[in-house]
Amino acid sequence: MSNLVEIRDLQFAYGERVILSNLNMDFPRGKVVAVMGGSGCGKTTVLRLIGGQIAPQKGGVSVAGEVVHTLDTDGLYRLRRRMGMLFQFGALFTDLSVFDNVAFPLREHTDLPEELIRDLVLLKLNAVGLRNAHRLKPSEISGGMARRVAVARAIALDPELIMYDEPFAGLDPISMGVTANLIRKLNDALGSTSILVSHDVQECFAIADYVYFMSEGKIVARGTPAEMRVSTDPYVKQFVNAAPDGPVPFDYPGKSLDEDLGLGASA
Amino acid sequence: MIANLLAKIGCYVRESIESVGYATRSFFGLMAVSPGAMKRPGLISEQIHFIGNYSLVIITVSGLFVGMVLGLQGYITLTPYGAEQKLGQVVALALVRELGPVVTALLFAGRAGTSLTAQIGLMKAGEQLSAMEMMAINPIQRVLAPRFWAGVVAMPVLATIFSAVGILGGYLVGVQLIGVDEGAFWSQMQANVDVRADVLNGVIKSLVFGIAVTFTALFQGYHADPTPEDVSRATTRTVVIASLMVWGLDFVMTAIMFNK
Repeated sequence: MSNLVEIRDLQFAYGERVILSNLNMDFPRGKVVAVMGGSGCGKTTVLRLIGGQIAPQKGGVSVAGEVVHTLDTDGLYRLRRRMGMLFQFGALFTDLSVFDNVAFPLREHTDLPEELIRDLVLLKLNAVGLRNAHRLKPSEISGGMARRVAVARAIALDPELIMYDEPFAGLDPISMGVTANLIRKLNDALGSTSILVSHDVQECFAIADYVYFMSEGKIVARGTPAEMRVSTDPYVKQFVNAAPDGPVPFDYPGKSLDEDLGLGASA
Repeated sequence: MIANLLAKIGCYVRESIESVGYATRSFFGLMAVSPGAMKRPGLISEQIHFIGNYSLVIITVSGLFVGMVLGLQGYITLTPYGAEQKLGQVVALALVRELGPVVTALLFAGRAGTSLTAQIGLMKAGEQLSAMEMMAINPIQRVLAPRFWAGVVAMPVLATIFSAVGILGGYLVGVQLIGVDEGAFWSQMQANVDVRADVLNGVIKSLVFGIAVTFTALFQGYHADPTPEDVSRATTRTVVIASLMVWGLDFVMTAIMFNK
């Protein structure tokens, strides 16, 4: 099966601070691939590089055979029309209703008549279970509902690639389960490819076909969820079992407590 | 010590030139996407309503009071010379040439400018502009350009309303309250206010102020860091920078337009 997204020898840094180094990843067509890891490990940066919001210093990302950072603005926008992205907190347009949020990309990119846009929007909202909430404003719906509206907006143009940035963050267990099922079902129904950036182990393992584990800008483990569950890799074990100490230390690196309290000097 | 001071001054000058250059580049970037925005006049008229209509109350009330004060002060100043019949001319010229465009621009910066900066800054903080970019929609063309042109259109209209209401305020105080001759008030105004030299120059001033204030507000919002602290700092910067620009530009334009 061919890959829709390929990352090769990627290096990215903000100034002197290296975020990603020597990264190689494959995202096969039609699959849900989870990118997991602790906060600040570079997961969201991977999504931003795939979307062309930032450019790497070395290596590259290719989407559907096109190297993202070499594209001009028109080329990048053409490619982005084949992508959908769910931002961490939905990023809904707060001055527009739920309906108008989902209709936004359709109105901007197509010349469809308003009646057809109405039907398409209601179908998309129906897919996320919020057809009857289409008149509400983002301020009138819960965080979980906002996330589902953002999913409906992300799939409005039936994209080949859907990227989810922390789709479960801050959700209650029911909303988490609903969102996870939605991601899987939409991926299968649309025949698209999904990249799921998250640190929620259970939800990701339940819906992903393949998992990458990242730490400090590098891939530390990869495999199917079943393989990851029985992995002996210390980082994966710590992450999956939510152990407080392990390869990721509990204490922020620096001076010891004895040194800070001056106990070492008096001894 | 002196070397350090020189280095600091050099750094400050270099940073200032850099930010002016960046703002200039952003302005031309905005101009470049404007033809695309012009193709959708609905977006611009929506923003004219938001920017212009909501500023109308403060502009009208301020115009009325400024005109009333001008009427009173003008009368007090002109009476010793027996020239109180010139009151209409004085009020009209002061408003049309200077106070109308300048005070409207300052009020516009405080009312609509801060609102624009906060709106754009919060859209950025809420990732709405990034979401738009990821939908292959240029936020400068879709969000900034319609607001910019709406501001440019709204400013002269608001300044005209300010001047018109101000003249009425001057009339109320000068003619109705103090008793200056009504015929002299209007005829002196009609005879001595020139459409091209006074009214048109006032309109040109307000157009330039509209460009300066609206661009400053949008630039500050768009380039604010996506944090509550920086968005609030950006709104303050909008008022300070836009007000100073209005005063500076007013002096330059007055020197060019009315230097006989």
